[in-house]
Amino acid sequence: MTREPIIIVNNLVKKFGHFVANDHLTFEVFRGEIFGFLGANGAGKTTAIRILCGLSFPTSGEVNIAGYDIYRQRDLIKKNIGYMSQKFSLYEDLTVKENIHFYAGIYGIGITEIKKRTQQLLEELELKNVENKLIKELPLGWRQKLAFSVAIFHNPRIVFLDEPTGGVDPVTRRRFWELIYGAAEKGITIFVTTHYMDEAEYCHRVSIMDQGRIEALDKPDKLKTRYNAGNMDEVFLQIARKTKIG
Amino acid sequence: MVTDSNIIRIKNVSRKFGNVKALNHINLAIEKGLLFGLIGPDGAGKTTLLRLITTLLLPDEGKITVDGFDTNKDYKEIRKFIGYMPGRFSLYQDLSVEENLNFYATIFNVTVKENYHLIRDVFIYLEPFKKRLAKNLSGGMKQKLALSCALIHNPKILILDEPTTGVDAVSRKEFWENLKQLQKLNMTVLVSTPYMDEASMCDKVALIQSGTIMEYNTPAQIVSGYQKHLKAVRSENMHALLTDLREYPGCESAYLFGQYVHYTSEEKQTVPDQLTSFLVQKGHTEIQVLDIEPNIEDCFIASSAGIPNHTENIK
Repeated sequence: MTREPIIIVNNLVKKFGHFVANDHLTFEVFRGEIFGFLGANGAGKTTAIRILCGLSFPTSGEVNIAGYDIYRQRDLIKKNIGYMSQKFSLYEDLTVKENIHFYAGIYGIGITEIKKRTQQLLEELELKNVENKLIKELPLGWRQKLAFSVAIFHNPRIVFLDEPTGGVDPVTRRRFWELIYGAAEKGITIFVTTHYMDEAEYCHRVSIMDQGRIEALDKPDKLKTRYNAGNMDEVFLQIARKTKIG
Repeated sequence: MVTDSNIIRIKNVSRKFGNVKALNHINLAIEKGLLFGLIGPDGAGKTTLLRLITTLLLPDEGKITVDGFDTNKDYKEIRKFIGYMPGRFSLYQDLSVEENLNFYATIFNVTVKENYHLIRDVFIYLEPFKKRLAKNLSGGMKQKLALSCALIHNPKILILDEPTTGVDAVSRKEFWENLKQLQKLNMTVLVSTPYMDEASMCDKVALIQSGTIMEYNTPAQIVSGYQKHLKAVRSENMHALLTDLREYPGCESAYLFGQYVHYTSEEKQTVPDQLTSFLVQKGHTEIQVLDIEPNIEDCFIASSAGIPNHTENIK
């Protein structure tokens, strides 16, 4: 893998009044990397993701996403990223095909190409025979793989996944990670948050946030060695527990 | 009632919503004083089952008794001695922390003072925010308040629907420690969760998928009932490893599991050396092949392969 940085964050600070939600974050994510962004509830992950996606401005610091500056080129950033969360992904009252067309249309893909690639995608996902079904009629696992495919339909440089696998059964959750691996191999950078610590192991590198700061950032193996831990769960507990106030 | 070690008995219970079969012929007996875990993904039927036990829903067929009382006829009795914390935050947003707690105490004819010992470990974090409106609390604080309100009347049975969903690993651990404390006070505690790793915190767990209880036992016995030979395999490129293992003759399943791929074969035994040389041939490096013991998640995956309307399979 070429080490081409695609997310560059330098001294990012975000304050809400006196509260420092992001306290001098500095890190890089590389092209094609699966980057796990971990932290306890309230550690500042969501604040940081909103900034990286161009939805909110930092108080200070530099952020460059896919070559674009967060202060001046937010529209270009939004065109070059994809986003999927557990809570919101697809329109339940639209069909499978309508959802794909809708998202592809938003990103300005031409109708001929949309039609061609929609058929390709439906075949890949084995969803051809449910293309005219409403999303709400589909099992959760199917919805999630579709939501992910829709989030990367416009070939973004980076896709942000905010707890994409919450509540899903163990088999479907693993299927989902195979899709993530596939996308990463095509060169799409994956920026993912999760509460499942076994999923932290699937990432190339992970950062662990606590109280607005990045307390650790490395390959899972290296972190386990450094914290003398058998798995990522123990690493996470050591880092997040020491400052926990309940 | 005659003394019965099972405080909850569920006999052949089914429940439909329209055409959707949420629960199919469930049988369970839950012993008094147990910390019981209902483990399964979204849509498996966990909430429906807990709502049947709390008398908020009635079964289409079958029968449920709670401490000897029938949920169908004696719901008023049952509601006096159960505490229920639903999955969605359901306290009064426009009341303060203190007002919510007093409200629940008053409904059950108790005072906060007389039962404070039950909630002290949890409520202590909320003391500084007593005057704050519930809607202005953080997620973790809301959860602590909801638990306090469910506990304040000293219920015999505490029923918690996904209390740890979306909660980080540290807070989850603390929450389970709180539950262990409550159990010491003679309470029967029922918890549902989608997190398989929480099984180890329970005395007994029921694995549920697509409205069917696949297993019900102690975590240790579920694990010892696992029939297959399980191997953990690892190499430099995990995605390629997964694909290659599935091509290995005799492969039954291969799936990601933390830093390893878990592998089972159709034959009795896979020879580690042969498997290793196959992987070397495929270009893998830093290969490791280990015999391992399964955990609850492996058991869940193995059991769910036999559930008819479970649509996705590994391999």
